[in-house]
Amino acid sequence: MKSIIKVTMLALCLISAAAGLSWAAEPIRIGGLFAVTGPPSFLGEPERNTAQMVVDEINSAGGIKGRMLKLTVYDTQGDATKAVQAANRLIKEDKVSAIIGPSTTGETMAIIPVVEKEGIPLVSCAAGSKISDPVKKWVFKTAQNDSLAVAKIYEHLRKLKIHRVALITVSDSFGSLGREQLKLQAGNFGITVVADETFGPKDTDMTVQLTKIRGGTAQAIACWGTNPGPAIVARNVKQLGLKIHLYMSHGVSSKKFIDLAGDAAEGIILPSGRVIVAEKLPVSDPQRKPLLSYINDYKRHYQAEGDHFGGHAWDAIMLLKGAIERGGDTPEAIQKELENTKKFHGIGGTFNFSSQDHAGLTKDAFVLVAIKNKDWVLVK
Amino acid sequence: MTGVEGMRLVDQIFQYILSGLSTGAIYALIGLGFSIIYSSTTIINFAQGEFVMLGGMLTVFLYAVLHLMLPLAITLAVVFTTAIGILFEHLAIRPLKTSEPINMIIVTIGGSIFMRGVAMLVWGRDTHALPMFSGDTPITVGHATILPQNIWIFVVVAAVLSVNRLFFHHSIIGKAMRACSFNQRASSLVGIDVKHMVLFSFALSAAMGSVAGIIIAPLTMTSYDVGIMLGLKGFCAAIVGGMSTGAGTVMGGLIVGVLESLGAGLISSGYKDAIAFIILLLILFIRPQGLFSSGETERV
Repeated sequence: MKSIIKVTMLALCLISAAAGLSWAAEPIRIGGLFAVTGPPSFLGEPERNTAQMVVDEINSAGGIKGRMLKLTVYDTQGDATKAVQAANRLIKEDKVSAIIGPSTTGETMAIIPVVEKEGIPLVSCAAGSKISDPVKKWVFKTAQNDSLAVAKIYEHLRKLKIHRVALITVSDSFGSLGREQLKLQAGNFGITVVADETFGPKDTDMTVQLTKIRGGTAQAIACWGTNPGPAIVARNVKQLGLKIHLYMSHGVSSKKFIDLAGDAAEGIILPSGRVIVAEKLPVSDPQRKPLLSYINDYKRHYQAEGDHFGGHAWDAIMLLKGAIERGGDTPEAIQKELENTKKFHGIGGTFNFSSQDHAGLTKDAFVLVAIKNKDWVLVK
Repeated sequence: MTGVEGMRLVDQIFQYILSGLSTGAIYALIGLGFSIIYSSTTIINFAQGEFVMLGGMLTVFLYAVLHLMLPLAITLAVVFTTAIGILFEHLAIRPLKTSEPINMIIVTIGGSIFMRGVAMLVWGRDTHALPMFSGDTPITVGHATILPQNIWIFVVVAAVLSVNRLFFHHSIIGKAMRACSFNQRASSLVGIDVKHMVLFSFALSAAMGSVAGIIIAPLTMTSYDVGIMLGLKGFCAAIVGGMSTGAGTVMGGLIVGVLESLGAGLISSGYKDAIAFIILLLILFIRPQGLFSSGETERV
């Protein structure tokens, strides 16, 4: 009898303690959709790691206005169907106030109808221009538009007075969207596309496509894709003795590309976020500080180099943090404050959102880098 | 077509053929792996592609992570892959010896998925490069260029094929394996241990597959999932060659490689992979016994 009373008292104490704790400030719930595994895992894994790292840091500094951030991440494996299912789960079961991610344009386009219908702000880490063009009320993005990357390359070509470009692009969504932009903008820079070759993401030999290009009149080659394909293109270009300028996309802005391409990487030019050349930036660059702190943080946490892609998640979380600090954590408030965000110096660039611009970046978000001696140098 | 352009087209075709021969040689080597196992067991070993993958990946691991010298890494990689092939035979094939061929095929597919999964867990999803065996200065042949690694491919494949031929036609074990491939029952009646021949065929195919994977890795880089496509294309080569364990499959591989290259160059690069499989389908519809075989076939 006595022991039953003791146990009941203990149980009551525990329950009231638990209830007491839950009466403490409700956490702010944010959802994350990343392709942690699957073909785009080179995007999703650093994004997930970075998001988790930033949320932990915010929480250990006291949270946002005293409330902790709770990040729930689902692995979409780069699959649009899984992304839609996970988005629904985040909104209906986990009751999140905002979602960051997904990692790829294809997945983002798939979940846009979901977030528009449910009225939940989405800050995507994918690059496709059509995510924010035309503007959708609840959809924002932090990755630089592929259209900006293309503009950066074409600008350089125009400076070098090059008019004939051969394209060689991967047949996946990143490559084909880049190809669209490359063809669309060529006219604006006085450039003619003289060849339009494609290759599969798993192809291991592009000498055929490059032989065709070699037989034509191209003065430069623009290769759009993500590792490993472009590395093979670089090697094949060297093998075939093609001496014309080779440009790559920001999809290969990581040391991995230089590792894979070896000596063939020498002299290749590509647009990239500033993160890979952070130390080489002039002190006056407003992004230098947040970039270096991000890189050091990531290295401390994960013993790996913080890269361009992880940066998209950093920007997403910090943008949400700013919006919540200013307006509160209801979806409507977050959406409004995101649109009001100006001069946010992030990893991807300096963001200026507005009701007409949910991408926030200009082509100055990219710098042009060249590969010299297995390292990056800024191209003036 | 002007004279200059015409010259360029001929050169282009020559380049396509050269590249195609190089890839074709690899397909031939992989295809032989299929043929050897098929001959002794009538099983199509769909895990053959994974042996190719293991050759390349193990070499990367031994060379880049354990920092062994390249020749040693290559030798050990071949040895380990052969061991894995033997293990596969013991664990997956032997217990089900009396099963229907369709069951065996599913077992080998399962085995390939398993090996791929383990490779992914152990080594990750990244792509890895091996250094070229003798540098990467292009060699000009007429108006086309190849790399020293392409020469390595031709030399190694030719060497493996010669050893193969000597083995199958001039050694007791080789002749015993051929006897098994004609008639297992009769062979066992004359005292050939069929079980050993099966084991040996797996070991040999694994070894050949791994060699293919190693010599191509410096050119195409390797990762945990290169086995899928390479295995399937090697299978195409074997089918075109009529599952022969000799020149037939070699010709099959070269044909698939060259046609793939020409098709991608002259028709459309997007259809590159499709071409190999179109060839496969055509052969299966029109002449399922392959182009170079005079043996019999069974349509199920």
